[in-house]
Parts: sequence; C-alpha cells; structure tokens
Amino acid sequence: MSLTVRISKQLGDFRLQADFQAENESLALLGASGCGKSVTLRCIAGILKPDEGHIELDGQVLYDSAAHIDLPPQRRQVGYLFQQYALFPNMTVRQNIAVAVRDKSRREAVVAEQLRRFHLEDVANQRPRQLSGGQQQRTALARILASRPKAILLDEPFSALDSYLKYQLELELQDTLAQFPGIVLWVTHDRGEAWRSCRRVCVMNHGVTEPVMTMEELFRHPGTQSAARLSGCKNYVSAEPMENAVRVPDWGGVTLRCAGRVPHDVTTLGIRSHHVHPAADGDENRISCTVNRAIDDVFGAIVLLRPEGAADSAPLLRMELSKEDWAAQPDKTQITVSVAPENILLLK
Amino acid sequence: MDWYPLYNSLRIAAISTVAVFFLGLLAAYYIAKLPRLVKGVLDVVLTLPLVLPPTVVGWLLLCLLGPRRPLGAWVLETFGVRMVMTWWSAIFATVVVSFPLMYRTARGAFESFDSTLADAGRTLGLSNTYIFWRIRMPYCRQGILAGMVLAFARALGEYGATSMVAGYTPGHTATISTTVYQLWRTGDDAGALKWVLVNMAVSAVFLLTVNLLESRERQARKGGAR
Repeated sequence: MSLTVRISKQLGDFRLQADFQAENESLALLGASGCGKSVTLRCIAGILKPDEGHIELDGQVLYDSAAHIDLPPQRRQVGYLFQQYALFPNMTVRQNIAVAVRDKSRREAVVAEQLRRFHLEDVANQRPRQLSGGQQQRTALARILASRPKAILLDEPFSALDSYLKYQLELELQDTLAQFPGIVLWVTHDRGEAWRSCRRVCVMNHGVTEPVMTMEELFRHPGTQSAARLSGCKNYVSAEPMENAVRVPDWGGVTLRCAGRVPHDVTTLGIRSHHVHPAADGDENRISCTVNRAIDDVFGAIVLLRPEGAADSAPLLRMELSKEDWAAQPDKTQITVSVAPENILLLK
Repeated sequence: MDWYPLYNSLRIAAISTVAVFFLGLLAAYYIAKLPRLVKGVLDVVLTLPLVLPPTVVGWLLLCLLGPRRPLGAWVLETFGVRMVMTWWSAIFATVVVSFPLMYRTARGAFESFDSTLADAGRTLGLSNTYIFWRIRMPYCRQGILAGMVLAFARALGEYGATSMVAGYTPGHTATISTTVYQLWRTGDDAGALKWVLVNMAVSAVFLLTVNLLESRERQARKGGAR
C-alpha cells in the first residue's frame, strides 16, 4: 500500500507544492508552523481542494485535476485526527464511535471492541467535555479506527497538551499505531516526536516539500538550512567550499576540515550546539573564541562564543555542554573549541 | 364568547413558524457559503421585512397575490383559489415578517459552528444530511430555538400586513390583533379589553413555557456532567 501526493494550491500569497510518497509506514511531515502541513493533510482528506495535481491511495485515485476526479471525503477512507480531536459534543463516547462504523450489522461488536481496546468502557456513556485530554484523544482514535481507514493523518496530535501528558499519550499513540496496518502521516514541528515515532521524514519549508529521507539522514545530512533548522541545529554561518574543507569568512577566515569532498554548491555550514566542545589536545578544527556570555540552562550550560577575528555582525557560536564540564573550564573568558569534521553540516 | 380569533391566531403563528423554521435554516445554511458580495446583497434583501413597516410588506404582498396581479391571477385561474382574504392568507404575511428573525439568529448560530466537526464527520463517512441534522443542528440548537421563539412571537403579534392581506371577517379571518382593533374601532371597549387580556395571557404562558424548557435543559446538562 502506498500514498502518492503531488499537488499544488495557491492560498493568497502562499503557494503549496507538496510532492511525496509514503509507503506502508509512519511518515513524518516536518515543518515550522504555517508552512502548509495542515493544508496538505486537508487536501489529502478531501476537505480542501487543491488547484491541481494527483493524489492516490492504495491504487485508488482520490484526486486528479487532469482526469477531473475528486472523491468526496466520505469515500476516501482517510482518517483524520484533528488538533482538538473534533469529537461530536452532543454524543456520548459510545455514540461518537458508533457513527463511524459503516457496516451497521457489525456496529455493536466494533464499538464494544474499540471501547475495550482503548480502555474507554468506564466513560462510554459520558460526553466529550467530561473527558480528560487523554480520554478525548483515545476516543478520537477509536472513532477513526472504527471507520476502517487505509491511512490516518495526524495533525500535530499533541499540540494541545502539557509535556507530561504529551509523553504519556505519545507512548499510547505509538502502541496503537504499531497495530495499524495502513499508512500514517504524522504532521509535527517537533523533531523529537518525529524521531521517536517515524523512520522517514518529509521536510516542508514555506509550502514546498523536500525529498523524503530517513530520520538518520535528516540529523546527519540535512542538506538544506530549513531541514537543518527543523532537525534542531542552531549554528549557521556562510561558508566557501574548498577541496575537503570550508572557509568561514565571517569567523576571521578560519578553515574547517570536513569529512569527504565538499560539493561546490555549499553556501552555509551548520554546527549543532552539542557538537561544539572545549578543544582537547590533538583535536582538529580548532576555533579560538572569546566568551560573549554563558547561560545557565535547566540541565546544562549554554555558552555563546565570538570566534577570534569575527565581524560584529557575524553570528555567535553556540555551545551546549553539561554544567560540570562548564564548571571545569579554567578560563571562562577565552576558550578554544573544536568541532569534529563529521559534525560539520554542509548546507545549501 | 367566540374563541375563533384565538384559535386562528395560534394556528397561523404555528404554521408560519414551521415554514419559517425550514426557510430560515435553508437560507442561513446556503447563504453562509456564498461569496461575500452576493451574501451582503441577499442579507439586506432578506432582512428588509424586519425594518419595513408591516403596511409596506402588506402592500407588496397584495401586489403579488392580489386576484388581478400576476401570481394571484394565475392561482385563481388554475386552482380557482383566491390568495387573499382567506384565513391562511395571513400566513404569507407572518412568514415574510418573521422570516428575518429566524434567518438572522440561525445564521449567527451556524457561524459559531466549529466547522472541523463537519470535516471530521465527512472523513468518517457520514453523509452531509446526517451531519446537518445530527451534528450541526444539535450544536446550534440554542440559537435556532431562540430564532423560532422570536418568529412565533412575532407571528402571533402580527397586525399590519395581516389586516391588509387577510382583512377582518369575524369567524373567518379574524385574529386576536385584528379583533382588538375592530372592537376598539366600533367602541366595544369591554370586548377589546377581554381580547387584550387573552393576548397577554397567551404571551405570558408562551414565555413561561420557553423559560421552563430552558431551565429543564440546563438541568439535564448538569445531570449529564455528573
């Protein structure tokens, strides 16, 4: 089973161009807020109509502008978990699940099964607003599964929750979806969530999707600055490619060696804050810096560094290390740091 | 005492409330989806009867339904039925006059509807009809109920357009409001007072019922929350 999406849609000044394919998997759709992730999901579900393109699920064409095919949402077999769950407020948990069962002869059996599976038997006769956030989400999922979809679209499933509840629900959701035989499209702006729940990711930037890659690739070779940002990288500086290294004009022309050949179209390099270390003897890629300021964080220290010879306008280098390692630094005004060659992200 | 005006007023108000319920809902539902400009124009046209004097509405209705007017003449010729000066002619007047009240309150209620509920219903395979009657309507129930109450009250109290379209024939087209006017005009103050008291009693009972229903619903909701 696979889901093919190739659509474009103009929304005011914003142009959506989504082009990706999901196999039988959980695919993360990762992007900053307002980048068009939800619009993409709505187009797949049939709630919004793209301007043109093609959407196909399990060999069935859901939408094709050239062939004038546009199936109504009712016939797409695509489940949609809304951010606020969209439970019907006038119905009980049991009724919310029951309406989604299309085969009336199996309705009672399916409802009973879903109530048991999602531990909702005790609240079966309550209405949505009497439920906790977790129960609401379970009801919404039970309802979706009762409608027997081929694909489930998750629209920022934890955006409305605090971090403890979020963690609990994430575990539950993973268990549930592990048993789901179809495709899961998981929209999020949280790289951790994507990493924990999906093996592959499609990065979306200002309405345009980038090629699908594995989560490992996203963290090791994000390729573009937007992908690197979404993967949590915080240091960016423009770079000039050399043979096996890059020169950084903004940081006093320091040259940093990279792992392997540097492609010619590299314009920027990225360095993750926790890949910056106080330099040990024999380290490559040493950068001497003055400490601009040190911030005490919850579980560590964040140190902002100005590389020697850096222009005033140049971005500071952010280093994250444990409180102990920072406390052990003898000199907290001048420091030489290093970045391993394989940790230099080459970006376009 | 002849109770015909009470009976006639109540049935006219009831029938026109049922008609206005469906017409107002349909208009509110479909007009909300139209482009802004068309919506604005239709909004003005459909709300106009609310601000026009009832006599103006009555005059316009006579222009349409009178026996020598296009529609009235056609109906008279085809079905042999006169559209004006019958007891049910008043329904045309009350429908037109009370329609804006239902339409506007229903539209306000529909606009507050969380449209993701309808989207969720569609992705779950529910038909648009089911979504309308079983999800949208219950969600908007309070507003729609308020609209019906207003429409019924307005229809019950209608005088101007009714008297022009249906006239006053005792035992035939007489309603409470036209009876009161007629009795006062002919100097029967005692008779007018009786009907004034009847009207006030009916209105009070009506409002009391509405309040009772509301508080009972509130109680039912609280009960459900336990």
